[in-house]
Amino acid sequence: MSINLEREKAVLPGANSSEAKPNSIASILFGGTVVSMLVALYFIFIYAAEEKTMGAAQKIFYFHVSSAWLAFMAFFVTFVFSILFLIKRKRIFDTYAYVSAEIGIVFTIIVLTTGPIWAKSSWNTWWVWEPRLITTLILFFIYIAYIMIRQMDGVWDKKARLAAVFGIIGFADVPIVFFAIRWWQTKFHPIVFGNGPSQQGGGIDGSMLTALFVSLAAFTILYSYLLHKGVTFENMKLRVERYKEKLRADMEQ
Amino acid sequence: MNLFRTALFLAKKDLYSELKTKQILTTQIIFAGLVIVVFSFAFDPANNTTRAVIPGVIWVIIVFAGILGLNRSFISEQRNDTMQGLLVAPMEAASIYLGKFLANFTMMLVVEIVSIPFLFLLFDFKFFGSLPYFLLVVFLGSFGFIAIGTFLAALAANSKSSEMLLPLLLFPITTPILIGVVQATKIILMNMEKISSAIAWIQLVTAYDLIFFVVCFLLIDYVLEV
Amino acid sequence: MMIEIKKLTKQADNKLILRGVDLSIKKGETVAILGPNGAGKSTLLKVLASLIKPTSGQVLMNGLELRKNQILIKKLLGYLPHSSLLYDHYSPLENLVFFGNIYGVKAVEQKARTLVKDVGLSFFLNEPVKNFSRGMIQRIAIARAIIHDPEILLLDEPHTGLDQRAIAILNNVILSMKEKGTTTLMVTHDFKQAAEICDRIIIVKNGKIVDDFRIQNDNLSFVTEKYELQVEGVS
Repeated sequence: MSINLEREKAVLPGANSSEAKPNSIASILFGGTVVSMLVALYFIFIYAAEEKTMGAAQKIFYFHVSSAWLAFMAFFVTFVFSILFLIKRKRIFDTYAYVSAEIGIVFTIIVLTTGPIWAKSSWNTWWVWEPRLITTLILFFIYIAYIMIRQMDGVWDKKARLAAVFGIIGFADVPIVFFAIRWWQTKFHPIVFGNGPSQQGGGIDGSMLTALFVSLAAFTILYSYLLHKGVTFENMKLRVERYKEKLRADMEQ
Repeated sequence: MNLFRTALFLAKKDLYSELKTKQILTTQIIFAGLVIVVFSFAFDPANNTTRAVIPGVIWVIIVFAGILGLNRSFISEQRNDTMQGLLVAPMEAASIYLGKFLANFTMMLVVEIVSIPFLFLLFDFKFFGSLPYFLLVVFLGSFGFIAIGTFLAALAANSKSSEMLLPLLLFPITTPILIGVVQATKIILMNMEKISSAIAWIQLVTAYDLIFFVVCFLLIDYVLEV
Repeated sequence: MMIEIKKLTKQADNKLILRGVDLSIKKGETVAILGPNGAGKSTLLKVLASLIKPTSGQVLMNGLELRKNQILIKKLLGYLPHSSLLYDHYSPLENLVFFGNIYGVKAVEQKARTLVKDVGLSFFLNEPVKNFSRGMIQRIAIARAIIHDPEILLLDEPHTGLDQRAIAILNNVILSMKEKGTTTLMVTHDFKQAAEICDRIIIVKNGKIVDDFRIQNDNLSFVTEKYELQVEGVS
């Protein structure tokens, strides 16, 4: 061991804080989100006809279905990025998969809360045993399992790899769950819902359909914004870690 | 084929060591027995409507007893890092998966052979249905459960809290198979007239078994990679 | 060329463990890998044993690329890490037979018995390994590593914690493998053993090879001198 106790450590050079460049994609997405959400709200509350039997409470249907659309789409995105990660092993793919899962689970919770609220106000029952809702419940647990894998202690690439594998397995499972439950329900408990949480009942009003599509579009833009924001944030965290590691290595020299 | 040969050696090693220590099997069987006793308190065996619950109870004990064994199958390879010994050997990851699967499946069958008759005994269940179909359903259901269970056990073994993680991973994924086998068992044990529906459920379970067995085979390399 | 390593790097969690290792080892050489803690010696060995995937670079063994011919190369490798890789409740015989079968060894039980005798533990042939002392475990562990007569032997600090008798037996095994033409790589902190057994020394520091020389006549002081030069710096 070299006995150089008096070696002076140079004072760290000062860093000039640079102006943060305004991120154009983020601003576009944010603007897009705000605009489309406002448009969607207009369509939902003003444009779309009010449902005859359930009244204004039925409007929760738009949020419910749009959230469900996001919940499943987010998992599909996680699935795609999981496969990409396993093949290419680039960290960015893993980050996308993870952020998408975080967004997905939030919207899954929204579906699982708006569902009972709607059910209670319409048919006076808190839970409905119907395929789409149960599948969403299972999706919720699959999301939780995915996130729990990432809470493991260990190096990031092991967690990322295992989570990616589970993302693939989980995604393969969801359609099978849906069909199994649907089979189960129709074969043995034929429940006619009418204007159920999933069925659009006898015929959906044209204006309602338009409003639905508008809200689906708005939610999708919201999702893109959240995904972009989340990934940017994660990347910043990673960069800070890298700088810390570099500093540590430099100090040890 | 080398894949099967080495898998068989691994399965034999696991089963032989289980024969020596008898740790896992006895835990599983005792646990199954306890669950059955608890259920007999929860659901009155004398009551005739309890019969409707039996199909579900069968599968609950299979799942809970199975999980005990599944977790241990990979944790046991952490002692002295013997997993490294398997990975360094000229043995495919798929072979390790297959070997562990065979060992776990055999143990599961043993647990079932002991505990299901015990369940019928305690609940005074008269077996009216078709035995061959019943055995088929139990076999197929356990096959799928252990196939995906072994895979997820390998995944969960990487975590320090693997006993907690494995059920979390396993239950959502095995939902379809549970629905299928419970429905099929119910029909086979009690409503033999609806046998065609039971066959349809059996087909679902078989499809699940095949799909996930193949998927696990393909993905096991990524899980066992160091 | 038995082992060829080209520009090998390994990064784990933002830290570069191996920073470009280039190494060529001929068949039959016995090489010691020395270096301070954390230099990357064990990682290098694990990459060769195909337990860790490198971040970049190429590894060739017996002319075959490690990435593509895993099963073929693994048949040639014998690996002995810090852990014993033995099944506790199995006896030495059972352990060796199990691994021998996986490696496809013919007449495996006979071979296992001979090996157990060679390491001087015939008396304990059928005792479960969990009752063994460290020295006994290491002896069975080395037997396990060579049950299939590997052409390449990778040893990670094999002499740690062994008494004189066990060290002697271990060295005998390594030297008899050497006579069969086995290429041996040994990571060690024990200069004396390195000088005695090996004919080539490699010093690894900070993930790079900083020295690579042959030694003659078990010249221990030469090794120590070279090591201190590299590791402790000229003060």
